[in-house]
Amino acid sequence: MQVFLKIWRQAGPSDAGKLVDYSLDNISEEMSFLDMLDTLNDMLTRKGEMPVEFDHDCREGICGQCGVMINGRAHGPLKNTTTCQLHMRSFKNGDTIYIEPFRASSFPIKRDLKVDRSAFDKIIQSGGFITERTGQAPEANDIPIPFETAEEAFDAAACIGCGACVAVCKNSSAALFTAAKITHLALLPQGKYESQKRVLNMVNTMDEQGFGHCSNTEACEAECPQQISVLHIARMNYEFNKALVLKK
Amino acid sequence: MALDPKIPQGELDKKWSHYKATAKLVNPANRRKLDIIVIGAGLAGSSAAASLAEQGYHIKCFCFHDTPRRAHSVAAQGGVNACKNYHNDGDNIFRMFYDTLKGGDFRAREANVYRLAECSANLIDQAVAQGVPFAREYGGYLANRSFGGVQVSRTFYARGQTGQQLLLGAYQALMRQVAAEQVQMFTRHEMLDVVLIDGKAKGVIVRNMDTGEIERHGAHAVILATGGFGKIYYLSTLAMACNGSAIWRAYKKGAYMGNPSWTQIHPTSLPQSGENQSKLTLMSESLRNDGRIWVPKAANDNRTANSIPEGERDYYLERKYPAFGNLAPRDIASRAAKERIDAGYGVGPTHNAVYLDFSKALAEQGEKKITAKYGNLFRMYEKITGINAYKEPMRISPAAHFSMGGLWVDYELMTTIPGLFALGEANFADHGANRLGANSLLQACVDGYFVAPITVPNYLAGEIRAAKVDINDEAFAIAEKNVRQQIDTLLAIKGTQPADHFHKQLGRILYDKCGLSRSAEGLQQAIAEIRDLRASFYIDLTIPGTGNEINSELEKALRVADYLEIGELMCIDALNRNESCGAHFREEYQTPDGEAMRDDAHYAYVSAWQYDGPGLPPILNKENLHFEFVQPTVRNYK
Repeated sequence: MQVFLKIWRQAGPSDAGKLVDYSLDNISEEMSFLDMLDTLNDMLTRKGEMPVEFDHDCREGICGQCGVMINGRAHGPLKNTTTCQLHMRSFKNGDTIYIEPFRASSFPIKRDLKVDRSAFDKIIQSGGFITERTGQAPEANDIPIPFETAEEAFDAAACIGCGACVAVCKNSSAALFTAAKITHLALLPQGKYESQKRVLNMVNTMDEQGFGHCSNTEACEAECPQQISVLHIARMNYEFNKALVLKK
Repeated sequence: MALDPKIPQGELDKKWSHYKATAKLVNPANRRKLDIIVIGAGLAGSSAAASLAEQGYHIKCFCFHDTPRRAHSVAAQGGVNACKNYHNDGDNIFRMFYDTLKGGDFRAREANVYRLAECSANLIDQAVAQGVPFAREYGGYLANRSFGGVQVSRTFYARGQTGQQLLLGAYQALMRQVAAEQVQMFTRHEMLDVVLIDGKAKGVIVRNMDTGEIERHGAHAVILATGGFGKIYYLSTLAMACNGSAIWRAYKKGAYMGNPSWTQIHPTSLPQSGENQSKLTLMSESLRNDGRIWVPKAANDNRTANSIPEGERDYYLERKYPAFGNLAPRDIASRAAKERIDAGYGVGPTHNAVYLDFSKALAEQGEKKITAKYGNLFRMYEKITGINAYKEPMRISPAAHFSMGGLWVDYELMTTIPGLFALGEANFADHGANRLGANSLLQACVDGYFVAPITVPNYLAGEIRAAKVDINDEAFAIAEKNVRQQIDTLLAIKGTQPADHFHKQLGRILYDKCGLSRSAEGLQQAIAEIRDLRASFYIDLTIPGTGNEINSELEKALRVADYLEIGELMCIDALNRNESCGAHFREEYQTPDGEAMRDDAHYAYVSAWQYDGPGLPPILNKENLHFEFVQPTVRNYK
């Protein structure tokens, strides 16, 4: 099939960007969306033009590196699917496809579709861990965890850190990302002891990094490739308020 | 030259405790004065960086991703092995040691393999304490499942995302040390050379991939934890940016390369569907617990899977290996699939796959149970292929997956360059000629959490009087100059073909001639073809743009330049080994029924290749493997 692409090109963080038109023939339905971009880049490189820079790596939906806005939707038209798992069978012959970077003031554009998501690392550094040093651990089965709790913790821990939640949020809020880590660790017995400190630090860092507040549109959950639930945001708010009350 | 792996004396089960009891220590005040560079922040790199930082060393950690959480450890699905014996099914350290050694076709070091098994139980404790949400039973205790190549249930798992959860545990520990300012993290930096001063590893040259800046960094020890190079086959289960450059640059500085040709070809990947494809997706091996592998009994059968009656299906693994059936080890399962595909029994539009069928399991256990175990994998399969595997069998095919080979290291995980260590998949140790499923996460973690934090300080104890490394030393200047020259050379070619063009061709040569099966004739051809390809690379490569900006074509070209050299060494290594063992199957050395024929009398050694200069053939050094505690047997899974 033939597709018409409108791709955001921007040389660097402080340069002006614009949508540039490209068209590709002979795109097959089996191709992944990123294979299609590879095909475009192969063509551009052979012509001596700069290829479109985009983030990608594992191409199996788990590393969280890929992610672009496709026709205005984070990761494209399919529900709960990363960009790399999207295939051209989701498009029709003659389609025009708009491809833009994940936009948020906390995710500055590096070049073209590549953005800087290091603000997420800052949030984790401020408390997204259990303070344990190698060597301190007790026998694993000395910490029994009910099946349901382990499953719920896993649901939250499954976040791949792609940033789609921020990109799709009208406030550019990182609430879902932050809440997922807070829930994961707060649910587990070994993570409880520092949950108060954790939630206060992580929420503060989220603000410091320039992410907006959550206003409950739930767009983040709708676009999240890992189906992380907005209920975790409710838990984060609960943990946060509890921590404020208990704070000495 | 015979190599000394520095294995501690004594009984097998006392070696590691004896080593730990006598290893040299560095007092806390001196640790603050010592710097360690860690290259790579996957499971092995993050865990080593965090654990050494916790001890008080100053760490500089580098990775080419925008955050350490993206490293390819993240993609390991099935699980991590540990001999906790929670199933009371006869598991223990010795049995796990034996399974791993046998799985590797008796081509690994006894002492290393024993240590891997010995530390496995601790790793589960460590991960649970970090908050890794492993699968649990209703009583709240940890759940286990069985995995290919063993007869006990010792695999711990977190749905199909075990690698992700273990990596996040290590990443979070690393982030904690970044916050504590014990670790300086350099993301989007790629290592381009190791710097040696007076024969010791004292630093690295790295490229900032966002600005193109070339930087010098010095330290008292350098740890490489840069993963495997299976992406050399182009189509593989690895992430796009996985590469062999760091270990190759170390090789060219004098570190020996161990068994470079031993690559695991994973049996349960999705088949190639088109020419523009850049990646093969892995389906977890755990699927083989309930899926049955088959092809039609008739060659070139074009009927759909469901219209082929039971009696006309050949469940070839069950037929050939009744004791292990569909759970036969990876090398055997992959070779059996290739044998059927090559003989004309392959399925799918291009007849390049075999079926993995869940209909029996679905009938026996019901859809709900199968969904609970493999739901995410079935969803992923449908996303990629558009096929519902509850209704018709999956199509799978072998794909390059894991490098058993890598930098040669001694018992302390130190390469032949003093002060240069290699951890995880970047080293050659522990897995022999074939890695068992769920042992890769284990090795990365054990190396990073438990081995390096003992052995690196043992080395550093001799460095406490060494001054801070001076990055203005001439050795840094020369290394930087060479790196700059290489980049300029590649940019100046200005030919017509992008780096991927050469990478694809190299991949085809290696897959055909240095993949699942090899022959002397094919390998000699491959060496000649690779040399030609390398020559054309330096004539016809094109890279748009410059070196002083984000330039993914330049990044690829630098990696491919190294792959074109690694590929040749792989073939030389495979050609030298006139036997079949594990993943290394030489067509000349097989039994009448097509099984591998090992030659313990002549090849019970590790091939450790030494760089001898540009254009010169590498020098073979041998580390003879001594089997003191088990006798190598013919590896029989029948």
